[in-house]
Amino acid sequence: MELINANPVIHEKRERRIRQAPENIDENAPEAIDQLEIFDHIRDIKDPEHPYSLEDLNVVNEDSVEINDELSHVRVTFTPTVEHCSMATIIGLCLRVKLMRSLPPRYKVDIRLTPGSHATEAAVNKQLSDKERVAAALENSNLLDIVEECLSPTLG
Amino acid sequence: MDGGAAELRETHRLTGHADRAWSLAWNPNPGPGAGPVLASCGGDKTVRIWKRAPDGVWDCSDVLDGVHERTVRSCAWSPDGKLLATASFDGTTAIWEYSGGDFECVATLEGHDNEVKSVSWSQSGSLLATCSRDKAVWIWEVQPGNEHECVAVLQGHTQDVKMVQWHPVLSVLVSVSYDNTIRVWADDGDDDWHCVQTLTEADNGGHSSTVWSVSFNQKGDRMVTCSDDCTLKIWDTSVDLSQPTTGEGHESWRHLSTLSGHHGRTIFSAHWSSEDVIASGAGDDAICLYAEEKSTMVEGPLYRLILKKEKAHDMDVNCVRWCPQDPRVLASASDDGTVKLWELRGNVLE
Repeated sequence: MELINANPVIHEKRERRIRQAPENIDENAPEAIDQLEIFDHIRDIKDPEHPYSLEDLNVVNEDSVEINDELSHVRVTFTPTVEHCSMATIIGLCLRVKLMRSLPPRYKVDIRLTPGSHATEAAVNKQLSDKERVAAALENSNLLDIVEECLSPTLG
Repeated sequence: MDGGAAELRETHRLTGHADRAWSLAWNPNPGPGAGPVLASCGGDKTVRIWKRAPDGVWDCSDVLDGVHERTVRSCAWSPDGKLLATASFDGTTAIWEYSGGDFECVATLEGHDNEVKSVSWSQSGSLLATCSRDKAVWIWEVQPGNEHECVAVLQGHTQDVKMVQWHPVLSVLVSVSYDNTIRVWADDGDDDWHCVQTLTEADNGGHSSTVWSVSFNQKGDRMVTCSDDCTLKIWDTSVDLSQPTTGEGHESWRHLSTLSGHHGRTIFSAHWSSEDVIASGAGDDAICLYAEEKSTMVEGPLYRLILKKEKAHDMDVNCVRWCPQDPRVLASASDDGTVKLWELRGNVLE
């Protein structure tokens, strides 16, 4: 199969920081989740067509993650390597599934393409935000296999 | 407001679904002496039947499983209350009959290319409509011996069709879609079905994103739709409801009112009670109730928010349905896997 982007640019990985334990620990308070923690969940997702992570390819970086912990709202904005990348929906699905499995269920997660990064940006965004389509896609064993492959912990 | 402010009180929490609860249907005709009966379905591929015992306790009396291989997206009782139709992502619609103390799958309707999302019985019970991600709406004729013949395949939507709903009086079907439009279908008296009206954002003040749900008022002269654009829209028609057979004026729906600013995320469900209270459930975990403001008729009909129940569920609210036998009882279904029953108290229509 011909690759969509045969020669992707590989970016330098960001150093992994050790997160500081917050001061004044209140054991009853729900643990706040920050930007870096969410980035840690998604940085090692494998690209669907290259043996590189989404971080290696700069599809996501720490600034891709916006979080409002008080409102339990997370938004991840990702940038496909080429603007007609047919893998954009798969990448978005991987991001959604990984966060669905990693975050407490109270979080509302929105997955979006970086504005101007894709030829069919609005269509891809609409598809990724339709939970019925996402649910149906994840019941499709071929699609689920691709997603599981991208999420399998072989990189990092 | 006098007579006590309106309040929506949680009365029962029905647990059992192992995945998100997608949809609900109250049995319109549970039989003489029987209490209310509710069906719920979801991502665990099952349908659950809930009944109220004489002591007021709600129990799951039946689990309908082993037929659908994927999510059961929606369910609908026939008008006589004897049959339950279930629409599934497995591409089929199943018909279940209660006999001998058990629900039995008596028919499976096949034909859609992929996920069936909604099923609706016509008011007489003689027709069924289904819709799918394949962009089509199918109309099936119910024949003796649990046979179902497809009498029309309605093409027109350019994307998934999210829901179909028959009009309560007229031989008219409404479908709503991921293509942001609402379509009205009617037969020309010769069993030929056509799209008689398409309600769009540009031409009719319609929705700007996916339309998820539609519900008619009891009389049938108004309908409400809700959308990913976080609004509800009220539509009315000037069609002569006393002459339901002529087929005239079916294309007459017009935008009456838009309710916005009440839900912060996608509104998945809207339902109109027989007491004219509209309920909505959304991705912001909230349930809202609305009613018509009668005192401002000089400026035309206006719908206003009666109350917003924040955190009605722990996750998205996918479906809200008023109980036909008790219009103050509301059921809701959620991604959190629970079904809740609510009682509306206080003064809502002053």
